[in-house]
Amino acid sequence: MANKFIHAIYDDDDKLLDAVKHLKKEGVYIEDVFTPFPVHGLDKALGLAPTRISIAGFIYGCIGFAFAIFMMNYIMIVDWPQNIGGKPSFSFIENMPAFVPILFELTVFFSAHLMVITFYLRSRLWPFKKAENPIPETTDDKFLVQIPVSGNEKEIKSKIKKTDILKIDVVEIKE
Amino acid sequence: MFTLTNKIKTFSIALIVLGLLGIAYGFYSAPSTIEEAKQIVASSHHDDGHASSYDDHSNEDKGHDEHGDGHEMSHDEHVFHQLANRPWAAIYVAAFFFFMISLGTLAFYAIQRAAQAGWSPLLFRVMEGITGYLLPGGLIVLVILLFSALHFNHMFIWMDPEVVEHDEIIRNKSGYLNIPFFLARGVFYLAGWSLYRYLSRKFSIAQDKANDNSNHIKNFKLSAGFLAFFLVTESMMSWDWIMSIDPHWFSTLFGWYVFASMIVSSITVIALLTIFLKSIGYLEKVNDNHMHDLAKFMFGFSVFWAYLWFSQFMLIWYANIPEEVTYFITRLEDYQLPFFGMLVMNFILPFLILINSDFKRLNWMIVTAGIIILIGHYMDVFNMIMPSAVGDQWFFGIPELGSVMFFSGLFIYIVFSSLTKAPLEASGDPFKKESEKFVY
Repeated sequence: MANKFIHAIYDDDDKLLDAVKHLKKEGVYIEDVFTPFPVHGLDKALGLAPTRISIAGFIYGCIGFAFAIFMMNYIMIVDWPQNIGGKPSFSFIENMPAFVPILFELTVFFSAHLMVITFYLRSRLWPFKKAENPIPETTDDKFLVQIPVSGNEKEIKSKIKKTDILKIDVVEIKE
Repeated sequence: MFTLTNKIKTFSIALIVLGLLGIAYGFYSAPSTIEEAKQIVASSHHDDGHASSYDDHSNEDKGHDEHGDGHEMSHDEHVFHQLANRPWAAIYVAAFFFFMISLGTLAFYAIQRAAQAGWSPLLFRVMEGITGYLLPGGLIVLVILLFSALHFNHMFIWMDPEVVEHDEIIRNKSGYLNIPFFLARGVFYLAGWSLYRYLSRKFSIAQDKANDNSNHIKNFKLSAGFLAFFLVTESMMSWDWIMSIDPHWFSTLFGWYVFASMIVSSITVIALLTIFLKSIGYLEKVNDNHMHDLAKFMFGFSVFWAYLWFSQFMLIWYANIPEEVTYFITRLEDYQLPFFGMLVMNFILPFLILINSDFKRLNWMIVTAGIIILIGHYMDVFNMIMPSAVGDQWFFGIPELGSVMFFSGLFIYIVFSSLTKAPLEASGDPFKKESEKFVY
């Protein structure tokens, strides 16, 4: 188990992005990167697989749309037809324009909320979970690249020093 | 530097000639007397599929006539006017559609300039090429309006003094809706838009060889000013040139609605023209990232159009006030196919085709969606103008097809020849580098 890590800390997202690209080119294995905010293009630089959250979002939207049709049909047509402004109250399709705002809202509602929940589950985040980031500054203004080392510490350090680095820490984490 | 190939030239001229033939046939087959109109309607009852649908309708109209007032037109005279309007309305729909593409492109271009956008300078010359059609296209629309004002047709019934005399609603609007003011406004709008186009193009070309950014800054200020001017005049233009065809009816978001149609067709044409120019070896610096952005705009503005269309429809449908709701009743009864067809083509299909991020980078997907959007927005203009101009006597036949061919030929010829007049790359633009290495 590699439990010795180099923590390369940067103070700017552009510097981080350049450094990650440089290290990748040098063949350094990067385990993880901690940033205070999503850095545009970092996923591509790290070579992560493209996200599938948008496909999930589309499916959730379809579920919301279907649910809205079912709900409005049950409430306004089947269970308790109401005459609002003299609109036909016994036919879903003839009353449909009045339901469009609800269809739209529920589509967006389902898509957005289920996407957030999916994201939390996928990232293994839940309430009262202990933070995983090595130093608390990565929630403020520092960017940290975590690189596992096993014997090749000096070589990696010299490669990191070529980037626009703020500081390098070597830490041992007990499993 | 782009050169006009013979192929494009022949193709556009062929379209113009065929279109002219179609237009001429339209005028030839239009009735010149009420008797002829009666014959046309009678014969179309037998051989025309869609004609049967207005059997009931025309009987209904006759019923009204029995107790109609003395000054109201008889049913036959009404049909005669509609049939006589048809070739004119066909030309007007096509003329306005292609004119609005160049006007929307001008607005999109001004937005890029005013926002100092970094992604788009590589496409500036493409947009400037499309706006080359603004002045000729606008003049043609003005000439058609002038013909209406001279009573060659009855598309704008408020232009008929006899109608105004008996119609209190139009009479009350005559301070605004009168022929001299109407034409003067049209000239004013077109002059303002063309002036911006002329100056902006001049600064844009001057910037190519300039040592400083002064031309770019001038263009920035001018574009911001133009956008303010455009917002007001575009809205008024849509009231004047389209909404006044139904002089009793009005919608407060009509200007926006026309704008949505305009901007989405323009961005589509920019995308299609860019793809075409790339395919014959120009614009080598334009890449998938730029196409992705254009496709995002196509997707976004299609949804925006649907939003405005529905906002307009739902309020009128829900309130159900007779003066307002007639507008949609004519369209729902007599124009079912184009009315629902355009909803599918302008919203549902572009939404489903372009929602996937990867599809926005595939040229053939953009072209497919683009063709659907353009046909859909032609139908949108058709639905705005035809129901009031020709009523239930509409058909997409030779006059309409001829007009579309004529104006598309003219559009292609003028746009491509204005593309030849300047290098296709705005080489002096301060954001050129940013545009080249742009990643979406």
